[in-house]
Amino acid sequence: MRNALRRFGRTHEARLLLVTVALMIFLSFATKNFFTIQNALDLLTSYAFPGMMAAGLVVVLVAGGLDISFTAVASIAQYLAVLAANHYGIGWLGLFGIALAVGTALGLLNALLVTGLRIASIIVTIAMLNVYYGLLMFVTGGDTINSLPDWFANGLSWVVAFDSHQNPYILNMQMIGLVLAFIMTWLLLNRTSVGRQLRALGGNPEAAKRVGFNVLRLNMVAYGYMGFMAGLASLVQAQVAQTVMPNALVGRELDVLAAVVLGGASLFGGVGTVLGTILGLALLAILQNGLILLGVASFWTECFTGIVFLVAVSTIAWERRRQRLAIRRVIGTAA
Amino acid sequence: MSALGPFNRATARLGPVNRRLILLLVALVIVFGLLLGHRLFNAASLRSMAYQLPELGILSLAMMIPLLSGGLDLSIIATADLSALAMAWILTHMVPAHPGFAWVAWQVAAIVAGLVLAAIVGMLNGLIIAYLEVSPILTTLGMMTLIKGISIGLTHGGVLSGFPAPIVFIGNGDLWGVPIVLLIFVALAIPVGIMLTRSPFGQVLNMLGSNEAATRYSGVDTRRALVKVYILSGVLASVAGVVMMARFNSANAAYGESYLLVTILAAVLGGISPSGGFGKVTGLVFALVILQLISTAFNLLNFSQFLTLAIWGATLILVAGVTRLREHFLR
Repeated sequence: MRNALRRFGRTHEARLLLVTVALMIFLSFATKNFFTIQNALDLLTSYAFPGMMAAGLVVVLVAGGLDISFTAVASIAQYLAVLAANHYGIGWLGLFGIALAVGTALGLLNALLVTGLRIASIIVTIAMLNVYYGLLMFVTGGDTINSLPDWFANGLSWVVAFDSHQNPYILNMQMIGLVLAFIMTWLLLNRTSVGRQLRALGGNPEAAKRVGFNVLRLNMVAYGYMGFMAGLASLVQAQVAQTVMPNALVGRELDVLAAVVLGGASLFGGVGTVLGTILGLALLAILQNGLILLGVASFWTECFTGIVFLVAVSTIAWERRRQRLAIRRVIGTAA
Repeated sequence: MSALGPFNRATARLGPVNRRLILLLVALVIVFGLLLGHRLFNAASLRSMAYQLPELGILSLAMMIPLLSGGLDLSIIATADLSALAMAWILTHMVPAHPGFAWVAWQVAAIVAGLVLAAIVGMLNGLIIAYLEVSPILTTLGMMTLIKGISIGLTHGGVLSGFPAPIVFIGNGDLWGVPIVLLIFVALAIPVGIMLTRSPFGQVLNMLGSNEAATRYSGVDTRRALVKVYILSGVLASVAGVVMMARFNSANAAYGESYLLVTILAAVLGGISPSGGFGKVTGLVFALVILQLISTAFNLLNFSQFLTLAIWGATLILVAGVTRLREHFLR
């Protein structure tokens, strides 16, 4: 147990946890509203969408790929699902069925192209982002869907408790979706054979191929899962926004990437954990929330986010460099 | 095949990528020519293409150089906007109302200040990438957020507008019928092309992209070279900032954001390898002309600009697919 703790203490996640907790303690004393259950619930609700996307993206990064197109995939999935729900009585099952199927299908198409074209996944998915988004905007004419079915607009929520002023604390589908997304990703990466294979593929693609891994199949799992998450997250987002705008999501892909990378996932593949992703997202969320509560004009939020991100990736890179040099020294003395 | 012999010899110097791009361009000219005829190929629409192409063109040059070195610069648009805002601030606050020596001097000073600011941003990118060994995507992603944040923080998202006549002339005027902005693009593309193929730095750049470790072991100061790459990228982005500012007669923290990923598309379509080391300015120019032709023709056909975006993406996938299939069947 103590050994495990000590080992955890030296990981990137531990340092991230330390920074996040320090920030939380500071904000709890510096602001009146940070350390309240309501603020925590609000944060969970508003960061459900980027969080679920991050849970999908970390899988692609671990497998050594990169997906930029997921915001457009989510836009298409939510548009088609809500459109269908408005015209036919398809209910919750049909709504989620369509969004998940569309998301997964587009993710699988990405996987086919990335594997088949053999050019960098970032290039393929940038091109597909333009294709998906361009076609969606062309076909819909950019029209917003303002009226959602009543049952969807009301959403799923449960009052779980009341505070001292009898204001309700609400558990909603955003929180459930977020938690579910992270649990699913954790299970996929840590408890399945395919998750192990994804990590191996990301860690050393050439070796994985020679061992006989089916790269196409593994890419289909990774990008398909990303598409699946995009479909799921898109409905969660549509429910919060209470409208479906075809151009509301595209442009946020790099923010999600920033959160996942802050969590320690490497763009070179093979490295990345669910705990890290949660912490990376939490740090960004708490930072942005804290700046607002501290009364810093919202115009400066992006600037602070940029500084924190640059400092974080620099420390990660510096740490990895030190490890590499240490390994080289050990090999040098052994030889 | 013998009839094609002279053609093949004449085009051999172009290389396979450019040959394919020229074929695509010719095919598009024929198709759009049949569909649109004089509506597309007249002086007015050629002029409008000549005004539109340089913005994306200069930004793509700024993206191309880091791509060749095996990196990427996601901060070019933010750099262009930040330096345009700095220039715009000087232009709107310092330039006296009446022409005179100070009037000229402050305008020159404004542009120089913008270029220097962009060079500093580029240098920071380069230093972080070269000395802290942070990956270029992450460094420039963070830099993009940071400097866009500074632009938004200082302007509160507002617009600075109303510049002296010479600045507006840069964006909207012409010399002997040729738009100034196109002349600026040509005046950048030719030296960059020569630098990449004929200069020692160009050689180092391509070697860096092919194999950084080997380049370092062959005695090249790769870190210095990388810093230069990102300074150059920043300065080129800043020239694009001048062009955008002059064309719109205003500056804002968010102008041109939709160009960011498109510049990567244009560069890769132009045969610049996304993993670095290979690519020519001529390829990039052909790609830009193709993209611009599609955009203008679709505009005349009354298709939405978003369909253009989709077709741009599909063109890249298609060209990559054809290349891949040829490799597959010719082996």
